[in-house]
Order: sequence, then structure tokens, then C-alpha cells
Amino acid sequence: MRIWRFGDNINTDYITPGRLNLTDDPKELAKIAFKEYRPEFSEKVKKGDIIVAGKNFGCGSSRETAPVALKAAGIRAVIAKSFARIFFRNAINIGLPVIICKEADIIKEDDIVEIDLKKGIINIVNRNVALQCEKLPEFILKIIEAGGLINYIKIHGKLG
Amino acid sequence: MGMTLVEKILAKAAGVEKVSPGEIIIAKVDIAMSHDTTTPLAIKPFFEIAERVFNENKVVIFFDHVVPPANIRSAILHKKIRDFIEKAGIKNVHMEGVCHQVLAEKYVKPGDIVIGADSHTCTHGALGAFATGVGSTDIATVYALGKIWLRVPETYRMNILGKLKRGVYAKDVILNIIGYIGADGAVYKSIEFHGDLIKEFSVSSRLTLTNMVIEMSAMNGIIEADEKTLDYIGRKGTIFHSDKDAEYEEVFDFEMNDLEPQVAKPHSVDNVTDISEVEGLEIDQAFIGTCTNGRVEDIRIATQILDGHKVKEGVRLIVTPASNRVYLECLRKGYIEKLLRAGAIVTNPGCGPCLGRHQGVLAPNEVAISTSNRNFMGRMGSPEAKIYLASPATVAASAVEGKIADPRRYL
Repeated sequence: MRIWRFGDNINTDYITPGRLNLTDDPKELAKIAFKEYRPEFSEKVKKGDIIVAGKNFGCGSSRETAPVALKAAGIRAVIAKSFARIFFRNAINIGLPVIICKEADIIKEDDIVEIDLKKGIINIVNRNVALQCEKLPEFILKIIEAGGLINYIKIHGKLG
Repeated sequence: MGMTLVEKILAKAAGVEKVSPGEIIIAKVDIAMSHDTTTPLAIKPFFEIAERVFNENKVVIFFDHVVPPANIRSAILHKKIRDFIEKAGIKNVHMEGVCHQVLAEKYVKPGDIVIGADSHTCTHGALGAFATGVGSTDIATVYALGKIWLRVPETYRMNILGKLKRGVYAKDVILNIIGYIGADGAVYKSIEFHGDLIKEFSVSSRLTLTNMVIEMSAMNGIIEADEKTLDYIGRKGTIFHSDKDAEYEEVFDFEMNDLEPQVAKPHSVDNVTDISEVEGLEIDQAFIGTCTNGRVEDIRIATQILDGHKVKEGVRLIVTPASNRVYLECLRKGYIEKLLRAGAIVTNPGCGPCLGRHQGVLAPNEVAISTSNRNFMGRMGSPEAKIYLASPATVAASAVEGKIADPRRYL
């Protein structure tokens, strides 16, 4: 498990480039994740890895291939100082946990972190540091708990 | 405390008296849309919860991003979508231009809730509708249930004031604002445009403005509908106004009297400068089109500049009318003939080279100037290419000179 650090304003064209984004197969999408922006990502990413980014992660295009590719590549969660709205929704809808943490910069690439979504806390285990994050609204937590929007609707029989 | 027009539209759609920023509501959707890039991932989730769409009149599917299919992979995705259209009972299907242009021409009304699986769905706010982009799973649930969850946004009020100088347009205004606010300066905000300049703008110019609010990460942009709006769409709607005591998180006054033509430099839309800083930079491709600037008004301005000139040798000028309706009007008015005589390549309506899949892909180290809305690295082809964004006038003048040029010399 490792942390992948990214900066501010990482757009969805960088995550799944438009020209390569020509499939609906998650495994194929995982292969193109950050293909041009950070070529070693798709080769070295492992199940359970976490992305830690700056402001406005996932801005730009509404393409859901972006969170689908990250999830299929094994990414366990994305932590960012802030998220672009559509990426944030898309990630929640497909069951990829997203955490807004203003202090995300404290997390280093070799840290080991545990995330408590309900309490909105990130524990950096190796350094015994706890970061307070933004607590997600109850409704959104329920969607994540269900494993995504479609499962939520199946469980509850309706949207709300 | 009063409400903004967005809060009023959202309250009506949620069936409640009042909504406040931060609140999560379930809203009824008036128009739901997806296209050939975002529909494929909506198919599986849709069939997990439904068999047919909730209302065949309110669902619209477009083929616009890669039309006709440019390769086997696109063709396979198109075929999957056609099967979905058939099985889900969808009757509104278009392959006649960019989704946002055709939606504005044929579907959207003031007061509507428009949810589209495309980030530039915010375009329709120019017609007094609440319009925002979502992804594929969200649109699948809207197709199934006719509803969506939304967090009511805080609002930035932007008063756009003054008079534009000759050669300066709505595109320059919105680039200037994005440069000031920043790519992450309006995350999740609703942007309400007011001011003399907005009233004066044509509906086409207003669409250019709201189209680009996503580039500062806003949820939506909106302009109160008026007579011009109703004339443009030729349909009736419910016109909402913000209350005098509506609450705004911030109010901005943008004075535009001295604004120069603006250019966004690589590789981010908020990297904006006056044209003087980049003038003379050699280009390989000039592109006029897209949901931002592919309308009759845009092609008219470009034609005015190119008429009697030739596109510089070695430069590709690509013109992509935003819709068949736009294309036909430009044909009738003689613009297309003039553009062809000047040396332009005129393509079929659609998204064209904006997203780098066909019709004008950039090689490493090539430079493009484009009327589109994104200049991200790799957006129009090679990640080693550079993309500059500007108004149709600036792009047309640049095509003539083979380098980034001030359009005012041609007006």
C-alpha cells in the first residue's frame, strides 16, 4: 500500500485522457489512468493504494470513467483539500470513498493511513497523527455504505 | 430573507416552499441528457433499477462527441448506445450537432431543471434554467426515476458592467472573469449574472458566458430570462427573478470598459492574459466551433474577418458549426462559402476537434488557438501540444496571420 500524491486542479482529462477513453470496461480504463500525466501510475498502482491531492481534484469533464478507472486500478480512497463537484458525486455513486481534508498536505507518500469516514478522521498510523476532515452528510454516507447509488436505490426502493 | 432565482427553481422542483444553501433536496428533472461519451457507463446501472425511461419526452440522447464514428472502438460504443435507446424506449435521439446547442434550440425552457451527463450542461443557465452536469450513474438514475439529489449551492452574484470595446466579446469577458476567480475559485457555487452588459448581450453571447462557469468549478451559472430569451427559443417557460433581499455569499462588480481581447494560455483555463502578451506566437491550427462559440453570431464574426483574406499557408483553420440549424443559417447567409474560399475546412456539426479524438488532432509541439473551453494538456491531441483559448474574432485573425493576432486590425 502506498500514497500517491498529486497537486491542485487535477482534471479528468489527466485521469482518463479523452483520446484513450474509448471503452466502458473498467479493467481497460484502469490501464489508461494518468497514462500521460503520470505514466508510472498505471504500472505501479496496487490494490489498497490511496490518492492524496490538493484543491479541486477531478475538475473539468464529467466523465465517470475517471473514478471508475481509479477504483478498478485498486485505489481505496481519494483524499483531497477539495473536490470538483461532479467527480465527487461520481466517486460516491460508484462506491469510491472521497474525503475532504484541508490538512491533506501533511500526508507523505510513505505514510500508512486509516480512514474513518463516519467520524471524518484520517489516522496516520506510523506517526500517530489524527487529521480531522469534513464530515459527510448522513445521506451521502448512506450511499457510500450501500456501495454506491444504484445499491442505495435497490436497498431503499427509492432515492429519498 | 428572500430567495435567489436558483433557490426558487430548486424549491419548486423539490415541491417545497423554501430551500437554503447546504440543504440536500430531491428534485424533479425536466430534461435529462447524455451523449456518446457518457451514455455507455449509464447503461448497466440503468437496467439494474429500471426497464424503460421514466418519461420518453424528458430524456434526450445525443451523438455528438465523435460523429460519425472515427474508429472501431467509437463505432462499437455507438452501437451499444443504439441498443440501449431501443430497449429503454427513448425517442428523442439527435445526431445534428453539439448536445448543448441542440438542447437550447429544441428543448430547454426558463425555469426548467436540466441535468446532463456533460460538464458543460451549465450552458443552459443562460436561458433562465437551473442546469448542471453529472456523471453516468447519476444520469442513469434520472433516466429511471426522473429525480436527482442536489445540494443547494451558495450563490455568487456577478454584476457585469460597462461597455465592451470594438473587437471584445462575451468570450473575452468570461475568460477575464475565470482568470480573476481561478479554476477552483467557485467550487460548488451557483453564479448569477446581472448588469447592463448581460441585458445587452444576445442570447448567443449569454450562452458563451454560462457555458464556461464550470471552468471555475461552479455548479451552475444563471441569467434571468427576458424577451430575448423567449424569442431565441420560441417557447414559453416560467421566468423566475431573484428577490431584492436574496442572500449572496459574495457580490462581484466586474467593470468591462477597458477590457482587451483575452487569451487563456496552456495548460489551464485560468491562465489568462491580454492579447498583447501572446501576439505574434506562431500557430499550426485554428479552431472555431463548440458549445462555447459555434453559433451563427460566432461564425458571422469569423467570416467578417476572413472575408477577402486567405488562411496563412501551413495553418489549418477548422470551422465546426455547433448544429445543423446553425450550419444551414450560415449557408443561407453565405458565410460558409466565404470561409471555404478563405481556405477553411468546414466539418459536420458536432464537438469536432475540441476533445482530440478526430477532425484535427494536434502533433507534438504543435500550437493551436481555439474558441473551445478547455486547454488542458493533451486535450486536443499530443500532450506536448499547446492550446490557447480565445474569441472567434481572435482565432479568425490568427488564422489569417499564422500567429496569434489582435482582431481589431480587421474590424
